[in-house]
Amino acid sequence: MNAIADLARAPTRRVAPPPTALFSRTGWAIVAAALAVNCVLVPIAALVVPGTSPFAISAYGLTLAGKIMCYALAAVALDLVWGYCGVLSLGHGLFFALGGYAMGMYLMRQIGREGVYQSDLPDFMVFLDWKALPWFWQGSDSFLWALAMIVLVPGTVAFLFGWFAFRSRVKGVYLSIITQALTYAAMLLFFRNDTGFGGNNGFTDFKRILGFPVAAIETRVVLFVATGLALAGGVVACRAVVRSKLGRVVTAIRDAESRVMFTGYDPLPYKLFVWTFSAVLCGIAGALYVPQVGIINPSEMAPANSIEMVIWVAIGGRGTLVGPVAGAAIVNGAKSYFTAAFPEFWLFFLGALFVAVTLFLPRGVAGLFRRRGA
Amino acid sequence: MPAVALLVALAFPDAARALSASDVQELATGDGDERVEAVRSLAATRDPAARRLIEAALSGSVQSSSSARQVFVVVDGKAVDAATGAPVAALPADAEDLVVNNRLRRVLETALAVFALASDDREERAAAIAAVEKDPQSVDTALLDAALAREPDAALGARLDMVRAAAALASDDRAQRLAAIGRLADSRSPSTRLLLLPFVERNADGAFRESDAELRAAAQAAIGAIDDRERTSRLAGAVFSGVSLGSVLLLAALGLAITYGLMGVINMAHGELLMVGAYATWIVQDAFRAHLPGAVDWYLAAAIPAAFASAAALGVVIERTVIRFLYGRPLETLLATFGVSLLLIQLVRTLFGAQNVEVANPSWMSGGIELASNLTLPWNRLYIILFSALVVAGVWAILNLTRLGLFVRAVTQNRAMASCVGVKTRRVDTMAFGLGSGVAGLGGCALSQVGNVGPDLGQAFIVDSFMAVVLGGVGQLAGTVVGSLGLGVVSKFLEPWSGAVLAKIAVLVMIVLFIQRRPQGLFALKGRSAEA
Repeated sequence: MNAIADLARAPTRRVAPPPTALFSRTGWAIVAAALAVNCVLVPIAALVVPGTSPFAISAYGLTLAGKIMCYALAAVALDLVWGYCGVLSLGHGLFFALGGYAMGMYLMRQIGREGVYQSDLPDFMVFLDWKALPWFWQGSDSFLWALAMIVLVPGTVAFLFGWFAFRSRVKGVYLSIITQALTYAAMLLFFRNDTGFGGNNGFTDFKRILGFPVAAIETRVVLFVATGLALAGGVVACRAVVRSKLGRVVTAIRDAESRVMFTGYDPLPYKLFVWTFSAVLCGIAGALYVPQVGIINPSEMAPANSIEMVIWVAIGGRGTLVGPVAGAAIVNGAKSYFTAAFPEFWLFFLGALFVAVTLFLPRGVAGLFRRRGA
Repeated sequence: MPAVALLVALAFPDAARALSASDVQELATGDGDERVEAVRSLAATRDPAARRLIEAALSGSVQSSSSARQVFVVVDGKAVDAATGAPVAALPADAEDLVVNNRLRRVLETALAVFALASDDREERAAAIAAVEKDPQSVDTALLDAALAREPDAALGARLDMVRAAAALASDDRAQRLAAIGRLADSRSPSTRLLLLPFVERNADGAFRESDAELRAAAQAAIGAIDDRERTSRLAGAVFSGVSLGSVLLLAALGLAITYGLMGVINMAHGELLMVGAYATWIVQDAFRAHLPGAVDWYLAAAIPAAFASAAALGVVIERTVIRFLYGRPLETLLATFGVSLLLIQLVRTLFGAQNVEVANPSWMSGGIELASNLTLPWNRLYIILFSALVVAGVWAILNLTRLGLFVRAVTQNRAMASCVGVKTRRVDTMAFGLGSGVAGLGGCALSQVGNVGPDLGQAFIVDSFMAVVLGGVGQLAGTVVGSLGLGVVSKFLEPWSGAVLAKIAVLVMIVLFIQRRPQGLFALKGRSAEA
């Protein structure tokens, strides 16, 4: 119904432009500039510029920025399914956390014998009086294995869930509620000590990654640069997906799934691909998040976290891919400021943000710019 | 009474046997087993003097002298001879307190209870039977027979009969033992199973402790009967706690069934409306405590309308200021109302603090009905089941019997057509949302009686109550009832063998799978449109 109204209002905008380059010249220039800042300027500011200089970046600032970029990548992934496929996931926090746990397992093994109990096993297993690693921990000491798990675990979970959900054409609000139930169930599961992932304490106290100390500023810079590259790669990849022919079908499914079916397409593989791809991106974001923040625990899977991701996308502007990056930065920047300055007002602010954005800014911040430009 | 006394005297000619001096002496100076035996024979005399001696021993006022071979009861510094009751001028120098250890204390207490079995007061006899039930085998079966013969109350008599059977297990007479085992199959006391176990257990060398095969078989059968009964009552308990959980869930889900089911509005702030109802109950309770202390027991009469009104008013405000602008955009409604829920949680935290507040049950809601030793139905849960049944009936009546309900159903089925025939759809939306919110408030009032009341109260219910609505079928009142009760019962049945957390996960997974099979829920609305 909305789609029809929009069509009537602005018929030319809805007609898809012929497939051209991924970005305009300006677009590529912005991407290049962002990469230059990320790969050159920030490392210099963090490592070379003396701490007294106003241009220096502290370890705290570096970690905060890195964390926000992880969130931004998750937001981009969510935008791909919500903004382009019309699937509002309230469970992307699960994929984020699964990626984080996959990385966390590797980091736990890297601690080696330096834990509190000086055992080869992670501390929580000693605490539970386990004698050997459970089967699903096998291989977790290899970085390559960890990388594979970061992609495979969220991808497999998303594929299975998506296959069941999309095949029986569960959609709209139903799907949202079920994804919420999924992450809620996973949270309860991971809270149990017996599940084998550290219970409610999760993983923390990491020492090394690939042999380098996790807390050292050089390691942090490398992680920051990697996150920046992943974010840029994620935006470009998502852009490539939505500009492809597949992306056109996906957008059509968003606007009128029945009509797409009547035209002879089966929506299942399209939805499933976008959904799984998004989950994998989210898992990568989680995996980059854990070594920078230094902890992963089941509260990352709390339904409220997943909904907060949605507001990053909403405030940035869904269906734009770049908007969610801005949205994640705005909300999390505000969160860092508020929780330090007025902790009791943060929830008021966040709540008001949800209401205000949906009521007054349905196209998000990106919509503001577009209107001015149009 | 004289007739009863005569009967007793006829039936038990030795009723007034005198206190024997040797028993008294053994109680004071014998070793452990001798003392226990002495207490038993003292109790068997049914002599009031023996009762006084036992009471004195329990209260620590018995002394004995080994040089004089005499036992004394010392009260207020005045001593009497325990066996004869004659006053004693001066205690011997070596008089010592009788030391009552735990074993002796238990035996003494049981013996005292045996005396109390003869009391005229029913309550006293009931207490005495309860005491004897704890250790039936230290009582003489003859004493229990006597008590059984004069027990006028049928219920107490039945209990006493079980005690008698338990005591007879230790009898020397094989026929008595066999009969006792048969009787005990009907016992409801939890300790009976322990008494019967020795008959079927093996010793370390693999031989049965009880050599008599017939006795063994009888005990096995009795244990089987007891286990069967226990299983039945555990089953009944699981059904009850399932229905109880389901009824709480139902109260939470019913409001959702109206706002989400009938109006298609996803209200993530629904859980917070429950919380508002619970806090309204708390405020009313405190107001009663401060201003009407005499009527505190009846504060719920005022709290129920207050909870409904406050939640309904808040619901109307939310509808008018937020949801109104988002009809037809369910995903946006979901986000906006999530924001509202955050605002409400923080508001309550700021106003009333982050700690839980204390809401007490009125006195008529505490306690419960005991159906079996391991099955007690608490009153507050029973009242909540009743309350939710009433609320369901009320909501059904409003939707099906009133003009407002007619309009709500009309708007649900076809908004445009309803508007065409003159239904003020906007007004109906507001009213229906207010009703759904008010029902949530009632749910909060009920929740305050069984759980903690704090700012996060609503969060715990939101996923579950959505599940109940989705499971039952959107827009179906009956579906919501079946969905909630079903969820409650299934999770309580899973809990014993998988633990609460895994049960919850299993239920969520089951619902997700169920929705794959039947996306429309248990009770599907029939329609013709391609897109539901």
